[in-house]
Amino acid sequence: MYKLSKVILAVSLSALSLAAAAESLPGIGRTATPKEIAAWNIDVRGDFKGIPPGSGSVAQGNKIWDEKCASCHGSFGESLEVFGPLVGGTTKDDIKTGHVKALSDGSEPKRSTLMKVATLSTIWDFINRAMPWNAPKTLTPDEVYAVTAYLLNLGDILPADFVLTDKNIAEVQKLMPNRNGMIFYRNMWDVKGKGDVKNVACMKNCIKKIEITSVLPDYTCDAHGNIAEQNRYVGEVRGEDKLLACDPHPSIAELDRIYNTPYNPGAKGSRQPVSVAITTPTTVVKDIDEPAGLVMIKQNMCTACHGMEKKIIGPGFAEITAKYKGDPSAERHLIDVITNGGSGVWGGTMPAHGEIKAGNIKRMVDWILLGK
Amino acid sequence: MSNELNKPGRILRAPENFIDASLSQAITKEGLNEERRNFLRKSFVAASAVIAGGAALNQNAMAAAFEGDPLILNHTAYDQTLGLPVAANPYGVPSKYEKNLVRRESPGLSPVGGASVAFTPLQGLFGIITPSGLHFERHHQGWQDMDPTKHRLMVMGMVKNPKVYTMDDIMRLPSVSRMHFIECGANTATEWGNVAVPTVQYTHGMISCSEFTGVPLSVLLEDCGFDIKDKKGKFILAEGADGSGMTRTINIDNALDDVLVVYGQNGEMLRPENGYPLRLVVPGVQGVSNVKWLRRIKVGDKPFYAKDEVSSYVDLMPDGMTRQFTSIQEAKSVITTPSGGQVLVGKGYFNITGIAWTGRGKIKRVDVSTDGGRNWRTARLETPVLSKAITRFNIDWVWDGSPAILQSRAIDETGYVQPAINQLREVRGTKSIYHNNAIQSWRVADFGEVTNVQVK
Repeated sequence: MYKLSKVILAVSLSALSLAAAAESLPGIGRTATPKEIAAWNIDVRGDFKGIPPGSGSVAQGNKIWDEKCASCHGSFGESLEVFGPLVGGTTKDDIKTGHVKALSDGSEPKRSTLMKVATLSTIWDFINRAMPWNAPKTLTPDEVYAVTAYLLNLGDILPADFVLTDKNIAEVQKLMPNRNGMIFYRNMWDVKGKGDVKNVACMKNCIKKIEITSVLPDYTCDAHGNIAEQNRYVGEVRGEDKLLACDPHPSIAELDRIYNTPYNPGAKGSRQPVSVAITTPTTVVKDIDEPAGLVMIKQNMCTACHGMEKKIIGPGFAEITAKYKGDPSAERHLIDVITNGGSGVWGGTMPAHGEIKAGNIKRMVDWILLGK
Repeated sequence: MSNELNKPGRILRAPENFIDASLSQAITKEGLNEERRNFLRKSFVAASAVIAGGAALNQNAMAAAFEGDPLILNHTAYDQTLGLPVAANPYGVPSKYEKNLVRRESPGLSPVGGASVAFTPLQGLFGIITPSGLHFERHHQGWQDMDPTKHRLMVMGMVKNPKVYTMDDIMRLPSVSRMHFIECGANTATEWGNVAVPTVQYTHGMISCSEFTGVPLSVLLEDCGFDIKDKKGKFILAEGADGSGMTRTINIDNALDDVLVVYGQNGEMLRPENGYPLRLVVPGVQGVSNVKWLRRIKVGDKPFYAKDEVSSYVDLMPDGMTRQFTSIQEAKSVITTPSGGQVLVGKGYFNITGIAWTGRGKIKRVDVSTDGGRNWRTARLETPVLSKAITRFNIDWVWDGSPAILQSRAIDETGYVQPAINQLREVRGTKSIYHNNAIQSWRVADFGEVTNVQVK
């Protein structure tokens, strides 16, 4: 522990008032007021210490859900389009045992939140502090109770007529499907803990045969862009050109042969040692200034729901551009939809964004329609 | 001069423009089909062969004709013109020729950029310090650029006198500067089941290392009257001021040992993406605990069970039980050059270089194999070798053009040896996501291409 005694000694002892003596750092910081502590002390612990009084019904939660949660999480909490699924993979039996079976038998590869979470307090705390995703900390405690109740109803943990309150939430905890599924693993909590996997530092003839177990799937060949443009143009290596990266790689059987027989230049699967295709760095010098409207779109997190090309939750910008091409009323319409919200055109609901300045909305629409 | 041409590591002229213009246009317009791909491959190899063969056959002729490199014999645009004035860039930026080395998202990892990762370009970095602008980013609800004059830190809970500090207060306190790595618990997560991504930026780029400046958390705890002898306050909650209100439980032993409340990074203030103006640095513990935009510290007698210690950053074991509070980043290393997606520039001498780190103290040794783990040699550790910081290692290698598999293996001061991927899987199964510290293998093909593979 860092010793303050030295700091204190450096201060003239006679100058220390009684009040300052109670604190160790005179003149630094001040006591927090009860109201300040109440404003920020929002965490809710596993034993529900810290949860504020309140209540909310499944029905109320359903209403809030459809309005504020469903666009990302799906109407039934099942969606994995934006985030992992919240609901799914738990059974009546899990509620009895408190340990989700699908976590061990692999019957549900996409692990949902209700499969994983042991502590209901965590769900309440997280909704309260961080949801909705684009407007966190805007729900009242009653609304948080309601949304929590509805989520548990979607997971067949609470009945449709249930009202969740601070008084009964500890009882509901006893129904959490994975409440007995967690262990506090101290070996990786304590700095002095011992690892669970042991390797030995062998130096010579450590293995008889090299066994290659996995190679980069060919379909990923250009999934990460042109690697040549992700490396320097000087040094002991170059980034691999897209064409070379997309050249089919040898099969695992072929690699097995290559790495377990003496090297034989000119053999099957062997190629001339190449000099590297040194790409001249002409493209890197180009500065890319994004149009103001696109910058606004990114800053206002429109891209959370709209892909550049394709639909995420709402339509992709390229799709909107295509749809309204040549439509003289498009500008007015899009400004209206962004400002006031809308629905029906693309099969979903666009929330209102009145908080964005009108001038900025116009810039965004200009970019969508005109690309500038 | 002819000897110069045979020197190991010499860069042979690349087969530029080996593609015929009409084929190039066809590819641009219609993409690659099997026919075009085969043709390209043949052209590439043929062009290479001509150049390599030409160099070998015509050495004498070339030596006779070769007067010297025109870049040496002639003046350049740089040495015959006036350069730019001072402060043309008031905040200096890297050379325009370095634009390839930037943080990048891994496509398909997350549909929303506010809850995603941008990876550090480890493939091109040197030494142990990550430039601040290249420190990896992981946000759960986007990043904010917060006004430091309006930022407050509250220390409360099981302390005698809960207090509020401004940035003025915190920056008046006795400061310390220490180099530490921050590694996301999910670094290398994509590789648990099988090889999935091509380069070290995407396999390991969720680690960065900085010199952090700030005040030890223990100073603030003591200032608020935390009773160290009482032994009841065993857990710290750290909370961020951003939308996610990021929270994590921290071990009091760490808090009283080396946890820092940090405002400085590599000699300047923190970058906004890394928590400006104030963050927690919990040396050796996974990134998510190093709470950014830190606004509250609470002392408690039980863990807090925050979202990211309940549904994420936990380890699902084969028996279906989930390990919680797995926080320490165990010993790990990776070769950064040559690494996946790179091509060696020729046969001959290479400096294999990489980084090693451990959350349990200092790196003691790093061994390197070039034959897939059959035989190992001990690498040179560059100084400084610091506790819970990246350590740089280097080792000589003369590549004779034969297929190779490069691996590195870190050993830390506790004697722990970085495990092989199959050893990890034997204990933790294949359903894990976090805390993959396995030995990384890079396959070098006989034509110099380096690719990501897994080896048993």
